Amino acid sequence: MAKKLMLGNEAIARGAYEAGVKVVSSYPGTPSTEISEIIAKYPEVYAEWAPNEKVATEVAVGASFAGVRSMACMKHVGVNVAADPLFTAAYTGVNGGMVMVAADDPGMHSSQNEQDSRFYARAAHVPMLEPSDSQEAKEFTKLAFELSEKYDTPVFVRTTTRLAHSQSFVEEEDRVEVPNKPYVKDITKYTMMPSSAIGRHLKVEARENQLKEDLNNGVWFNREEIRDTKLGVVCSGIVYQYVREALPDASIFKLGMVYPVAIEQIKAFASKVKRVIVIEELEPFFENQLKANGIKCDGKNLFTLQGEYSVSLIKERILGISQDVEKIDLPVRPPVMCAGCPHRGVFYILSKLKLTVSADIGCYTLGAVAPLSAVDSVVCMGASVGIAHGFEKALGRDQSKHTVAVIGDSTFIHSGITGLVNAVYNGSNMTLIILDNSTTGMTGHQQHPATGLTLKNTPAPILPLDDLVKTIGVKSLDIVDSYDLAEVERAVKEALNTDGVSVVIAKHPCALLKTYKAKPALSIENCKKCGMCLKIGCPAIYKQKDGSALINTSQCVGCGVCKQLCKFDAIKGGDAQ
Amino acid sequence: MRTNILIVGVGGQGTLLASRILGTLAVNKNLDCKLSEVHGMSQRGGSVVTNVKIADKVLSPIIGLGDADIILAFEQLEAIRYTNYLKKGGTIVVNTQQIMPMPVITGAREYPSNILEELDKRCGKLIAVDALEIAKEIGSVKSVNVVMIGALAKQLGISFDEIDNALKQTIKPALYELNKAALEKGYNI
Repeated sequence: MAKKLMLGNEAIARGAYEAGVKVVSSYPGTPSTEISEIIAKYPEVYAEWAPNEKVATEVAVGASFAGVRSMACMKHVGVNVAADPLFTAAYTGVNGGMVMVAADDPGMHSSQNEQDSRFYARAAHVPMLEPSDSQEAKEFTKLAFELSEKYDTPVFVRTTTRLAHSQSFVEEEDRVEVPNKPYVKDITKYTMMPSSAIGRHLKVEARENQLKEDLNNGVWFNREEIRDTKLGVVCSGIVYQYVREALPDASIFKLGMVYPVAIEQIKAFASKVKRVIVIEELEPFFENQLKANGIKCDGKNLFTLQGEYSVSLIKERILGISQDVEKIDLPVRPPVMCAGCPHRGVFYILSKLKLTVSADIGCYTLGAVAPLSAVDSVVCMGASVGIAHGFEKALGRDQSKHTVAVIGDSTFIHSGITGLVNAVYNGSNMTLIILDNSTTGMTGHQQHPATGLTLKNTPAPILPLDDLVKTIGVKSLDIVDSYDLAEVERAVKEALNTDGVSVVIAKHPCALLKTYKAKPALSIENCKKCGMCLKIGCPAIYKQKDGSALINTSQCVGCGVCKQLCKFDAIKGGDAQ
Repeated sequence: MRTNILIVGVGGQGTLLASRILGTLAVNKNLDCKLSEVHGMSQRGGSVVTNVKIADKVLSPIIGLGDADIILAFEQLEAIRYTNYLKKGGTIVVNTQQIMPMPVITGAREYPSNILEELDKRCGKLIAVDALEIAKEIGSVKSVNVVMIGALAKQLGISFDEIDNALKQTIKPALYELNKAALEKGYNI
């Protein structure tokens, strides 16, 4: 068998492939994106980007009803969007096995919150598995499909950023083709209205009770490791690796199935050790269940609800060994918009006009950081539109003349469209700027319905955002080049002063796209040290010790935004604007 | 070559490829290996860290404070930022390139002037490489990462053929010849 280094995400894709999955639908989101990108490379698997996680989950539910194995992958906050079909798919159960991957992000490497997806498993009564390395990621994904069919339920595979984006060895096996199960019409199972859902709710309880019983009677995904019995640790996922390294002598109860929790097994484990400590990132999910079942343990009294855990943290909290850390005062290096980013100029104008800006989820969230500092709020995918409308309804036209919503093309399609429909329907006077960079940028250039290509890189119809906006009923629509500052400013001012809902589409492809046409780097001659070009926060321009600005030619892509700001014509090269 | 290597740099400098070459090397040497990467928002010009752990058996994929045998730094400021992760007497292989972070660009902070001296105080052995200049010489500024991998391989006591094989297995064939030149330059500093 071939042994390969794989990302956790690649291993999940491999597991689903080997399990004979036929349909995968997802929306990109760090740290889950690579699963779908990798599985799309297998010709035996149909894989697609859906416009959002709700649709992706519904597609997976449909494929499951139809009788094939299916999967939907998303980041933790994507599960919020998918929650509606999820909770009722838990009632209908499956025909072909169905797996949902929920990728949590403790430490918020690339997210707006650090919610704990395990509660979704509990709330929806859906079993959840959590692997601790890439090999388990593959195995658990395969087992998840089997469980799904055995217990007639969707099954979650939960990962965290460190699991998803760490590579470790995986043994590949062959794909096993699973014959399609016949689809048989059965409204008591697939049509959830009160009369049938009442019956299904009973089945949900029955199958969960059966699963708990089977779990307590067998080892399955869980593993008891008895070493020194002075200390027993209950843990799961990547934390298991930290515990093994920090406390090599400790006994461990490793949960592979994180919901339902095998309480009877843990009771037996607790009876073999003197002290039980639950070590889990984020919420006290296991700890509370242990305590509710009378198992004495420590947990969050020693640890934190926030951020990622580590070997160092566990050594510090359990063994009292702390590391001396020398504090060095250094300039921070936060993420920034790339050189040539088409969003930069738009945010410069919004900042210059001192507008209240409700922004959204994507690279352009970085419009919030200095020196642009243009953003007032960011909540969730699509929220910018509703928030700007809410401002207008709360404070009226005086406010909306100074307020804009900004949203990217992919995020607009994900869940901004309904916000715009609402604003038009309810007579809003609001302005929306769609930052159209022709891709899903932050997650690394995924296709979407307006790019003209699918996840499998086949041609697709292009959703025309301008026509869509007009069809929704927007009377005032302007389309400008994001690099043209004067045009952006004109369009934004006009939109703000137009009653009703107005939309500006600021369009220019992402500078990191392979199709992007970079121009020769610009240069500065006879700099007058006014500092104007530094106000846009371009990583290719910096201030030298004498106060003059210098363009780093290895980073500059010649977008020309800085050139438009220089009052002294000191920036040379590129096209005349 | 049982070792913990922390690769640090600025998003976009190619730390991921560097770690993958080392992963391939571990595979070839039949050792256990875990790599931990950063994707998403932090990649956008931010400070990035990639962990490479190679041993008979690796548990946590993350290198703890004071636990790195080597820091491979693609940028000076990032080298000093992560020195707390270096073992006492460990080695720092640093690219002397400076990339200005946003507080320096806006003039709020100055880029520290004496980083190489400070690094020297904090490690057992300091190898400074002008990898950008070398990459420019061979006509590929994007090969800074491979120049640095070459310099690292020498410190690890790996033969050129071994690291060259790992490069060849990891990189797209079309890019191999150019990067082999970068690897050689880095190795022979």
